[in-house]
Amino acid sequence: MGIFSPGFTGRRREPRSDLPPGQYLENGFPVLSFGPTPHVDADRWQLTLTTETGERRTWDWQGMLDLGPELVENTDIHCVTAWSKLGTTWRGVPLDRFLDGLQTEARFVMAGSADGYTTNLPLQEILGRAWVAYEFDGAPLAPEHGGPVRLLVPHLYFWKSAKWLTSLRLMVDDAPGFWEQNGYNMHGDPWREERYW
Amino acid sequence: MSSSWVPATLVDAWRETPGSRTLVLDARLEPALAGQHLDIRLTADDGYTAQRSYSLGSPAGAERFQVTVDRLDQGEVSPYLVDGLQVGHQIEVRGPVGRWFVWEPTQTEPIQLLAGGSGIVPLMSMIRTRELAGGTAPMRLLYSVRAPGDRFYTDELDDLAARGRIDLQYVFTREVPEGWPARAGRITGALLHELTLPPEDGPTIYVCGPTGFVEAATKPLMQFGHEASRIKTERFGPTG
Ligand SMILES: Cc1cc2nc3c(=O)[nH]c(=O)nc-3n(C[C@H](O)[C@H](O)[C@H](O)COP(=O)(O)OP(=O)(O)OC[C@H]3O[C@@H](n4cnc5c(N)ncnc54)[C@H](O)[C@@H]3O)c2cc1C
Repeated sequence: MGIFSPGFTGRRREPRSDLPPGQYLENGFPVLSFGPTPHVDADRWQLTLTTETGERRTWDWQGMLDLGPELVENTDIHCVTAWSKLGTTWRGVPLDRFLDGLQTEARFVMAGSADGYTTNLPLQEILGRAWVAYEFDGAPLAPEHGGPVRLLVPHLYFWKSAKWLTSLRLMVDDAPGFWEQNGYNMHGDPWREERYW
Repeated sequence: MSSSWVPATLVDAWRETPGSRTLVLDARLEPALAGQHLDIRLTADDGYTAQRSYSLGSPAGAERFQVTVDRLDQGEVSPYLVDGLQVGHQIEVRGPVGRWFVWEPTQTEPIQLLAGGSGIVPLMSMIRTRELAGGTAPMRLLYSVRAPGDRFYTDELDDLAARGRIDLQYVFTREVPEGWPARAGRITGALLHELTLPPEDGPTIYVCGPTGFVEAATKPLMQFGHEASRIKTERFGPTG
């Protein structure tokens, strides 16, 4: 058992089964990014997917909408800086739809952003649990939260949900993205507290 | 870096301002780089825990780890660290964390630092690290605070500025010192243009503070022509 802090009572007394270990409940929506917020125009936004053999697919805004967005409701998100936000609502296109009919041996995907950010994710694990999201709480996604389009992978720490998403690169072998090269975990499961190396 | 919690003993502490306190911690952690942070964990007697991140203000490699915590009156963790924790008592820490928002003495390019409020802490670590290394690359600090009495490390910074070791610029957002030539107000593009190193100097820029400050500072800097890849940011929290 850890070390007690005499006189510290804390605010939230009842244990919550919906908060992963070490997380606290946040009602605002803090921002974490490694650099300035890039301003990406939805009209000029494109998403490019590249397979391990070099095959490419590209979508623009309308092309993304044509894949069939859905409402993602009552979703909990967990940031590695220890805040969690419960019951959030998003609109986005399931990641699976971007991969429909594709021949690939890839087991990982590197998501890339307009500002050069990258993050690696296990492909099979996130299929059915990841979206390309463009609305938060019924409104267009704000730039500081990754608008116009970000990845949404709620079951992993939120740095895996790349903001300003512009590319998906399928990979046979895993490779570290930006934070993963800078001290953070390759996988990032909040329930197992996979925060750091 | 270690991903497990270790005990840390508070060996010394002092007020930095009426609402903030510097804590000196003794903990068996790996040496830090300038700009890194620790996670601090508190445990109530019923086992309830709360953790938050705090940047290190001590120089890279320092034997003792130093943080400066600003009290948020409604906050869960910061009031305890500022007013509750006693010298000799222990908390738990983890880290040091982060490999991106760091400055290393091997960097020779000019450095522009921009701090909003407690965002000065990791930048102070960079300044102190450069002092210890006898670094000569130009370093300029723009430090935005509400009022003169809210400044951290005032004597140390003023002394470094007086000796020409850093170029120091204050911006006061609510209240200015007597006789101050400018009015109180938040940073603007015009002010940043006047007070920060221009893109021609090729600086690496470190911006740290509340999210609103970081956003307000980085947008104009990019418009002046600084490359986004040369602007490193650390966002402390949602408000400003
Ligand atoms: C990498 C990193 C480094 C940090 N370094 C420092 C540091 O050197 N010194 C320091 O004092 N703090 C630092 N912080 C902020 C610190 O982690 C806590 O968020 C802060 O002390 C508030 O915690 P709390 O438990 O007292 O308040 P909480 O109970 O978490 O929050 C109380 C209320 O204030 C809001 N809030 C949370 N954080 C902030 C904030 N920073 N500013 C304004 N409102 C906020 C919350 O949304 C909430 O509504 C750092 C944060 C990060 C992510």
